[in-house]
Amino acid sequence: MAELADGIRRTAPRRISWRLVAIWSLAAILTCAFLFTGLRGNISFVLNLRLTQLVGMVQVGVAVAVSTVVFQTITNNRILSPSIMGLDALYLFCQTALVFALGGFGYAALDPAWKFGGEAVLMMAASAALFVPMLRRSSEMLMMILTGVVLGLLFRSLSSLLSRLIDPNDFAVLQGASFANFQPLDPALLAVGATVTVLGTLAAWRTRHTLDVVALGREAAVGLGLDWNRTVTAHLLLVACLVASATALVGPLAFLGLLVVAVAERICGTRRHAVLFPAACGVGVVMLVGAQLIGRAGFGGAVVISVIVEFVGGLVFLALLFARRRQ
Amino acid sequence: MIEIEDVSFARQGTPVLQDISLSIPAGGVTALVGPNGAGKSTLLSLMARLLPLETGRISIAGKSVAHTRSDALARTVAILRQDTLVSSRLRVGELVGFGRFPHSRGRLTDEDRHLIDDALREFDLTGMADRFVETLSGGQRQRAMVAMAYCQGCDCMLLDEPLNNLDMFYARELMRILRDLADRQGKTIVIVLHDINHAATYADRIVALRDGRLVSFDRTDQVLVPERLEQIFGYRMEIATVDGQPVVLHHR
Ligand SMILES: Nc1ncnc2c1ncn2[C@@H]1O[C@H](COP(=O)(O)OP(=O)(O)O)[C@@H](O)[C@H]1O
Ligand SMILES: [Mg+2]
Repeated sequence: MAELADGIRRTAPRRISWRLVAIWSLAAILTCAFLFTGLRGNISFVLNLRLTQLVGMVQVGVAVAVSTVVFQTITNNRILSPSIMGLDALYLFCQTALVFALGGFGYAALDPAWKFGGEAVLMMAASAALFVPMLRRSSEMLMMILTGVVLGLLFRSLSSLLSRLIDPNDFAVLQGASFANFQPLDPALLAVGATVTVLGTLAAWRTRHTLDVVALGREAAVGLGLDWNRTVTAHLLLVACLVASATALVGPLAFLGLLVVAVAERICGTRRHAVLFPAACGVGVVMLVGAQLIGRAGFGGAVVISVIVEFVGGLVFLALLFARRRQ
Repeated sequence: MIEIEDVSFARQGTPVLQDISLSIPAGGVTALVGPNGAGKSTLLSLMARLLPLETGRISIAGKSVAHTRSDALARTVAILRQDTLVSSRLRVGELVGFGRFPHSRGRLTDEDRHLIDDALREFDLTGMADRFVETLSGGQRQRAMVAMAYCQGCDCMLLDEPLNNLDMFYARELMRILRDLADRQGKTIVIVLHDINHAATYADRIVALRDGRLVSFDRTDQVLVPERLEQIFGYRMEIATVDGQPVVLHHR
């Protein structure tokens, strides 16, 4: 009996927790390095600036990590991420549509919270309309990737079409938002985004056990008492919110989510959400802050961060795709 | 216990089940038999709300399958599907532990842990609790899936070909466990079987389907006559008697 109980207990998350500690220690070290190395000039001003940037990176890292984990679980597919399925392109499209409807002046005059709220609601409605029917039928992986690529292209070209129709002055409002950029973060937007991310992450964390059951597949999950359609739709809306908050802040990050979750899963060797959520969030922070540090030390460019992360993430995506094909 | 009334079901326009009505009493082992494609898995999936009911009504322990919350049903009926594909990287102990989800929503209590230990021991999986499910043989994996359904602790269990991949020893072992659950805990067990002799030895009743229609529903000894078996399976087979027990010579 004793050794039986022990057998169960050994499968508990405790065994992997030191890896979590390692990830988060690294994140803490990088964070300190980011804040305190190379301080010159007006220290409190620089610190303040860096702190804002740090909050932005942590927020984006966490939102991208959590949304990707949830999205992969509900689509039962490890090589998808919301951005591969065109969700961030959808967000940018919603943003353009809003500028188009309100005009640049009206848009710029809007309070950031309202602006973001409008975009997020539009985004949730659109993603529910597009993806819920798709998730009800369990689709084949390559088919889903293809759909995602097509949807992404579609939203991008719709956005550019709309922006051509927009008055050039209005267009200026949009420009900053078309590629990932961590440099000038809007503090008001940061506050809204951070709130959404904290709430969304808490909501995801509360359903971690349910998500473990979702990962077993539709029929097993229904057999264990889940209301499949409701669970999947609710989580899809959660993903839409998180993607909206990250994309609103820094713009699209195509492969970051995929990279973060693949690395976290490799480190922890488990798909259990109680472990995977914190691990992926930690890896997300490590990657964004780390890339920013590299950029500051070596290349000095602000775009470097997204270029580095996207390049590595793209390679991981290809590697996963090929590994999957070989099986 | 299980009431099925006028159930019909079509897949892609083709009728797969037609006008099935039967009433399975509480307690005991009911074998569901029939040729491949007869609709056994479909009927079981409808009973377990894995497929949406189109026409007719099904209720289990007084709970209508179409109108009862899924989580309440999960505490009444456990299902083992035929294609038991587990899509995530899990250890055997974790997989069996999922059987407790309807009761504890993932936060395992000490009682849950004891029940998981029991299930692992009952199906001889204790030594494998820490192995990843994908590293098991087909038969070991099947036992783990049955253990998970057992761990769910429901009054009613629906098992779709649980003997798949099991060797003779474990097939007999599983049938004995199920018989024992029915006798001692009064569980209602519906089990899809291919070997009619397992049904002959362990089942109280036999439900037979052919081409989506109910062809027999009777006490086991009533079904085990050459004429009725021919009606179900489409060929003549002899029945011998060993120690007063019928043995169907279906392989000759
Ligand atoms: N997913 C499906 N899509 C379409 N037809 C199916 C599907 N599953 C089963 N069928 C068809 O339904 C009929 C009954 O299948 P099934 O219930 O699995 O039979 P059994 O379990 O008795 O062998 C068969 O003719 C089969 O071809
Ligand atoms: Mg079948």
